Amino acid sequence: MASPILMPALSPTMEEGTLARWVKKEGDAVRSGEVIAEIETDKATMEMEAAEDGVLGRILIDEGTEHVAVNTPIAVLLEEGEDASAADGLDLGSKAKPTPKVEKIVPNAAASAPQGPAQRSTAELVEPEWGETADITVREALRDAMAAEMRRDEDVFLLGEEVAQYQGAYKVSQGLLDEFGEKRVMDMPITEHGFTGMAVGAALSGVKPIVEFMTMNFSLQAVDHIINSAAKTRYMSGGQMSCPIVFRGPNGAAARVGAQHSQCFGSWYAHIPGLKVVAPWSAADAKGLLRAAIRDPNPVVVLENEILYGKKFPCPVDEDFVLPIGKAKIEREGKDVTLVAFSIMVGVALEAAEQLAAQGIEAEVINLRSLRPLDTETIIKSVKKTNRIVSVEEGWPVAGIGSEICTIAVEQAFDWLDAPPARVCGLDIPLPYAANLEKLALPKPEWIVEAVRKQLGD
Amino acid sequence: MGSMTDAPNRQNGPVLSKEEMERAYREMLLVRRFEEKAGQLYGMGLIGGFCHLYIGQEAVVAGIGLAMKKGDRSITSYRDHGQMLVAGMTARGVMAELTGRSGGYSHGKGGSMHMFSKEQEFYGGHGIVGAQVALGTGLALTSAYKKDGAISIVYFGEGASNQGQVYESFNLAALHKLPCLYVIENNRYGMGTSIERASASKDLSKNATPWGIPSRKVDGMDVAAVYQAAKEAMEHCRSGKGPFLLEMETYRYRGHSMSDPAKYRQRSEVDEMRQTRDPIESLKAEMIKQGIDESFFKTVDHDVKAVVKDAAEFAETSPEPDASELWTDVLVGE
Repeated sequence: MASPILMPALSPTMEEGTLARWVKKEGDAVRSGEVIAEIETDKATMEMEAAEDGVLGRILIDEGTEHVAVNTPIAVLLEEGEDASAADGLDLGSKAKPTPKVEKIVPNAAASAPQGPAQRSTAELVEPEWGETADITVREALRDAMAAEMRRDEDVFLLGEEVAQYQGAYKVSQGLLDEFGEKRVMDMPITEHGFTGMAVGAALSGVKPIVEFMTMNFSLQAVDHIINSAAKTRYMSGGQMSCPIVFRGPNGAAARVGAQHSQCFGSWYAHIPGLKVVAPWSAADAKGLLRAAIRDPNPVVVLENEILYGKKFPCPVDEDFVLPIGKAKIEREGKDVTLVAFSIMVGVALEAAEQLAAQGIEAEVINLRSLRPLDTETIIKSVKKTNRIVSVEEGWPVAGIGSEICTIAVEQAFDWLDAPPARVCGLDIPLPYAANLEKLALPKPEWIVEAVRKQLGD
Repeated sequence: MGSMTDAPNRQNGPVLSKEEMERAYREMLLVRRFEEKAGQLYGMGLIGGFCHLYIGQEAVVAGIGLAMKKGDRSITSYRDHGQMLVAGMTARGVMAELTGRSGGYSHGKGGSMHMFSKEQEFYGGHGIVGAQVALGTGLALTSAYKKDGAISIVYFGEGASNQGQVYESFNLAALHKLPCLYVIENNRYGMGTSIERASASKDLSKNATPWGIPSRKVDGMDVAAVYQAAKEAMEHCRSGKGPFLLEMETYRYRGHSMSDPAKYRQRSEVDEMRQTRDPIESLKAEMIKQGIDESFFKTVDHDVKAVVKDAAEFAETSPEPDASELWTDVLVGE
């Protein structure tokens, strides 16, 4: 049966092109895959191949014709033995299937961006009274969290550099090899890209790896697998695949380790849909959030802090202790200003609150605990009470977590604000090595006090 | 190029049984016709974005498919339609994903390069060159961890074979003796750059030698040779000896993607491959030689055409995904 040959779309953006040359002429036999014409697109001159065997019956568009729209019939293909007159019956106008109409975006159109589902209220995430506590270090809390979850679930295992025999570069995995053996505590060669990809592949196919990065700085070697492979696969598979994996390690500045080992990745990972991101401060945060991260069926980034590893905090001893991801904690109540911080900066904010209290200013300190999802509800509730907000982070100011916090405050509590929201951040420079310079570059309580006093009109 | 590869040993009778040849022929023809149709739908604007056709390389997936066992996992690059069809995914579901419709494997949210099937143990469809090699090594880690007896088939092109993570993966798989079959589909061109211009390694089958990974170079245009090599390699992986590497010397007839003007090679090179080495025609000739009746080919041609036509119709008529699909499947449990 005679059929029309249509002007093809030869690139993702092509709408029309020039029919540069007919390689075959009317009456020529053509085989599938043979070049029949040359088409000039906006990018290149392309060869057009016949899709089926047949005879070129009639040429409808002469060579040299410009602006031929995609899907215009350009010739008629006859079956072998068919007469050219077979093309006569073809309705070449309607036979061509039109390109599906793409809705053009009209400026100032009434339609607004599609809204996502309403955020679940974090008020439901009530932290129960866990009772008795014992003072343990953050390091012990992280180890205990992994050990507890590995006892609970055979599919959970730890892999990373120096996690097994060496007992952890920062001794976080101390004792785990002895208890769980080589199969579940795996030393990795120094190949973050490879072993992270391998761990993500394992997670996609039915186990639950915990990937320890010696520091989160090295996760940059593996960032493609964290974002493109772990975070996006569930969506790209239409919900068929899931990736239960934890990426953890010390994040941010340590002490005089220089620019390449001193960066906060809070804003980097919090930017990515498909990931969850937590940043513990206390031992209780560390234990409760890491246990939740391991149990979560999604990829979770746990941003730890080397300086905090050795700090002791009271931590619930209850065997079932776990914290919800996505719920912030008010560490100190106050009525005059809200200080929002995460990880090591929670301690700095608490110190600032002490200094402010001595000046008669009552600061409320929110420990975010989770950067994605962010507990906006707790932040906004606090701002509506205090009418002022200062975000505190160790990372850089540009497109940082503070930018997000301040935007949320402006968007959702503008009428309650008595002063512009403020950000306290690490300086916008690679972190220097020299002891004095490094100290100058990182937020300290005095910077927070100054930011608050400015909001108060001092 | 055939002289450098291990020819299948046909001395003791044919490598493939009649049933295997028939299955291979059917699968290769399905991939060929499916891809031709995909090319047409792209030309009509029904498929958008990037679309990489598998035409010419059919013997690789068909031969490996014959050697795979139920439960084996596979993963590949963005040139993935052939792998999916041979893995048992439906032509309808794959084609409807190409057209971005709700009937597609990812409900239209993945597209040509990102498709998966939990049911068929197919793990994508990856748009980042080489990423599937580390991920596929992880599929094998799951097998080793769970002792489930499955192996993982990891396809990548000769272009990806220059990526660093490929060698990180070789090292990890060899260290931990993971049941992983690496398959380099050497179609000679990484996008528009020929292998000679991209790789200092002249024999890719030797690329895993430093890690002690055994390997073979195979005529990837000969489905029997592919099957025989794959079967032996899979036995090695399954027996706990660790990974194996197969380099398939193959060829893609079409451009890298639909928008590739293919100025980096002579038309005559493509035509010669089509005329002298075509995997489907070669198998057909062998089958006729062995006395398989002409009516078989007629029936298969007819059946495959019908499957592809049905898939295209489904893909054109399946509705676009509902706007509510925007927000689903971002996270588990939300």
